[in-house]
Amino acid sequence: MIAQLTLNERTSALGLLILVALTGALMAVIGGDDPFAAHGVIIILFCAVIAAFVISGFDAPEPRIDRQDSYYDDPTKVGIGLSMAWAVFGMFMGVWVAAQLAWPDLAFDGAWSSFGRIRPTHTTGVIFGFGGNALIATSFHVVQRTSRVRLAGQISPWFVLLGYNLFCLLAVTGYFMGVTQSKEYAEPEWYADLWLVVVWVTYFVVFLRTLARRREPHIYVANWYFMAFIVVVAILHIVNNLAVPISFTQSKSYTIWPGVQDAMVQWWYGHNAVAFFLTAGFLGMLYYYLPKRAERPIFSYRLSILSFWGITFFYMWAGSHHLHYTALPHWVQNLGMTFSVMLLVPSWASAGNALLTLNGAWDKVRDDATLRFMMAAVVFYGLSTFEGSFMAIRPVNSLSHYTDWTVGHVHAGALGWVALITFGSLYTLVPALWKRPQMYSPALVEAHFWLAIAGTLIYVFAMWNSGIIQGLMWRTYTEEGSLAYSFVDTLVAMYPYYIARTVGGALFLLGAIIGSYNIWMTAKRPFMPAATDDVPQALSPAHARVPAE
Amino acid sequence: MREFFHRKIERTAIGFVLAIIAAASVGGIVEIAPLFTIQETVEHAPNMRLYTPLELAGRNIYVREGCYACHSQMVRTLRDEVERYGQYSLAVESKYDHPMLWGSKRTGPDLARIGGKYSDYWHVAHLHNPREVTPESNMPAYRFLSRTPLETATLQSDLNAMRSIGVPYTQEMIDHAVKDAEAQATPDSENAANLLKRYGEKTQVSAFDGVTTQLTEMDALVAYLQVLGRLVELPAKQAASQPSERAP
Ligand code: HEC
Ligand code: HEM
Ligand code: HEM
Repeated sequence: MIAQLTLNERTSALGLLILVALTGALMAVIGGDDPFAAHGVIIILFCAVIAAFVISGFDAPEPRIDRQDSYYDDPTKVGIGLSMAWAVFGMFMGVWVAAQLAWPDLAFDGAWSSFGRIRPTHTTGVIFGFGGNALIATSFHVVQRTSRVRLAGQISPWFVLLGYNLFCLLAVTGYFMGVTQSKEYAEPEWYADLWLVVVWVTYFVVFLRTLARRREPHIYVANWYFMAFIVVVAILHIVNNLAVPISFTQSKSYTIWPGVQDAMVQWWYGHNAVAFFLTAGFLGMLYYYLPKRAERPIFSYRLSILSFWGITFFYMWAGSHHLHYTALPHWVQNLGMTFSVMLLVPSWASAGNALLTLNGAWDKVRDDATLRFMMAAVVFYGLSTFEGSFMAIRPVNSLSHYTDWTVGHVHAGALGWVALITFGSLYTLVPALWKRPQMYSPALVEAHFWLAIAGTLIYVFAMWNSGIIQGLMWRTYTEEGSLAYSFVDTLVAMYPYYIARTVGGALFLLGAIIGSYNIWMTAKRPFMPAATDDVPQALSPAHARVPAE
Repeated sequence: MREFFHRKIERTAIGFVLAIIAAASVGGIVEIAPLFTIQETVEHAPNMRLYTPLELAGRNIYVREGCYACHSQMVRTLRDEVERYGQYSLAVESKYDHPMLWGSKRTGPDLARIGGKYSDYWHVAHLHNPREVTPESNMPAYRFLSRTPLETATLQSDLNAMRSIGVPYTQEMIDHAVKDAEAQATPDSENAANLLKRYGEKTQVSAFDGVTTQLTEMDALVAYLQVLGRLVELPAKQAASQPSERAP
């Protein structure tokens, strides 16, 4: 890995690490007994571990001059490892969170381990840790293959990947210590947010420079989505996180947005984090790895255009469906509802495009668990977007809002779509990246598939049941016209479902652990050099049309 | 034709990025910008009071512990909610909230109008161990709050930061932040009278966790819970004249 860097680059990498570590040291000193100081120490340790790694390889031979003739896949490899590590952590926290709702004493009387603090470690762990690392890793892989050019920069891709993981680490350790802004999916405090801006701008520059050097006239569809993901997440992140810290030596800050405006900004952010993080980015994966694995071109180019611009334009209007019947002005709620319903068109256009791509390859879907992961993901994508558009209709939302129905919808999307498409893509990517004929154990891929499907179905059905039951109980009246159930009555009805959900989640977690093991073993097996045409354009005359490789 | 046009923008990375930004900006601008300019967005409430330093500290503990992950603070305009929790929430009630804590999941009941519903004693017992008060509850126990002294050193910076983003704390309030926090949990003290002068006669002064010798996080959190829904006096007429919607 270090051998890919020149001596000069190794030195600059160390310099950069020292700079970041010094910032950490400064935070540790001025922070006093605030968690700010603890975060300073974490930054120093993080830099120290990476510096130790760089130093251990410092004397390795320098790379060949013709680095430009090979793809740069080291960051992708490490990104895959980090993604799976976060998956296991985040899903373990999910199972723990789920178990606490059924058996509250599992918090063991700790402050750090109570529900309110560990719930965001779950959401951040899976969305940003697992999902984000997978997106960075695959986007680096895809943009090189579809542009037929090596990634721009030598250190900057590492800065993006590792800097991003530092952000995730600050976020998660912060929640345990009680550092949070409370904004869902944007909990980290101001200094972590600032750091992410630096990392994200670098990501944007790396991606754009790579595209600018492409040896293909057109930008491939997958890259449209990755680009939308990078650009829009930057806008959302900056606007939603505008805040005034109480001092520059403490972690606490106050958002500049007051009350009702804060609600609108937060859910404009929150919904579009779903749109551009959990949807656009993963559609990018889908548009490359699914046709690749099925060995069929994308069904329709026109549908791709329609769904891309539909998603980019419509989603941004939909955030207010999180605020139906609240103190947000009516006209905004109605706009949100209208656009959410329209959103079904581009969403299903994407799903349809993907399924029709598979049309004619159903025998492969039957035999190949990897492809089946992707097909199931598309089905769940279609399902959760339909459900979302339905739940955005005001009267439906009056029932679903505040209940587990929302949580069921979230995980139909998160487990069924986000996680399955990621596993499918990684199982396609890993053997190619490590130049193996196939995964270490196809049987384990098969086992993972069925665990994931069983886990998702149990989870989602449990939450649909509990959500709808609770929603209905809240609004049930007796003959005399008074409310039939106390709140606690409705809580008691939830316990069986909370237990079922914990079981479903545990199955899903088990699948992820098996997947990690399988990926690890695939990478670890002795290298079997095979002739390869997996090199940038200059060397490879082979010129397949979409998707290129 | 369209396809041809698209083929063109696909050839320029920068052009594509600009097109994305343009397409993605419209929705947010149309929905968010007017909220700051249209007068009716937030109702007028001249008698609204500010959070006292102790209540603000309690609010920050509420945020820190993630109570919002299980409790909403937003009674919707639905008949069953109004009957269960009280008058539906108005925008003005969260005018000074940075951030808002409306919540998105009700594992526990709504807390927008919890202030005054229970005694301080009830809250302390409940937070110590919810299952002693409500055996079926799955709310976590927060025993450590009574053991942890409240950090008051930052209160001035807290108020100051709030003022810089538009919450009308006066210099006097900021200067006396620490004293005011202590006074609110020490009934009959000299400073308590000053606190009432600054924040209004209705401000609740009480021993909250039952012990006056030390200011704890429990004091702050209970003080916050007790003020929820009581910053504004809701005009009774307005409540009656806007019929709440009935769930279909
Ligand atoms: C795991 C979810 C959960 C978390 C986290 C949680 N609660 Fe609760 N809370 C509940 C449930 C369930 C109830 C209803 C049963 C009961 O009374 O204990 C409840 C009830 C309450 C009540 C009584 C409401 C009423 O109208 O009777 C108050 C007050 C309260 N919680 C405050 C808090 C505070 C303050 C925090 C944060 C320190 C908190 N809760 C964190 C689930 C939670
Ligand atoms: C092992 C599998 C998982 C389990 C057991 C699990 C469990 C949970 C639980 C218990 C909650 C809290 C629900 C509540 O407050 O009532 C939750 C919330 C959430 N989870 Fe998961 N989860 C899992 C996997 C995932 C994955 C893979 C993702 C995303 C990629 C995800 C995204 C989320 C999100 C976004 C929320 C917040 C939902 C909301 O606020 O409405 N989860 N999860
Ligand atoms: C057409 C597409 C979609 C629409 C219209 C839509 C709509 C909705 C609606 C109406 C809610 C409930 C809001 C509330 O009552 O609080 C919601 C919540 C949510 N949806 Fe979707 N959804 C869509 C697709 C997706 C997808 C693909 C995911 C992927 C994971 C997803 C993730 C979430 C999350 C995480 C929440 C919970 C937010 C929270 O309360 O914390 N949605 N969505």
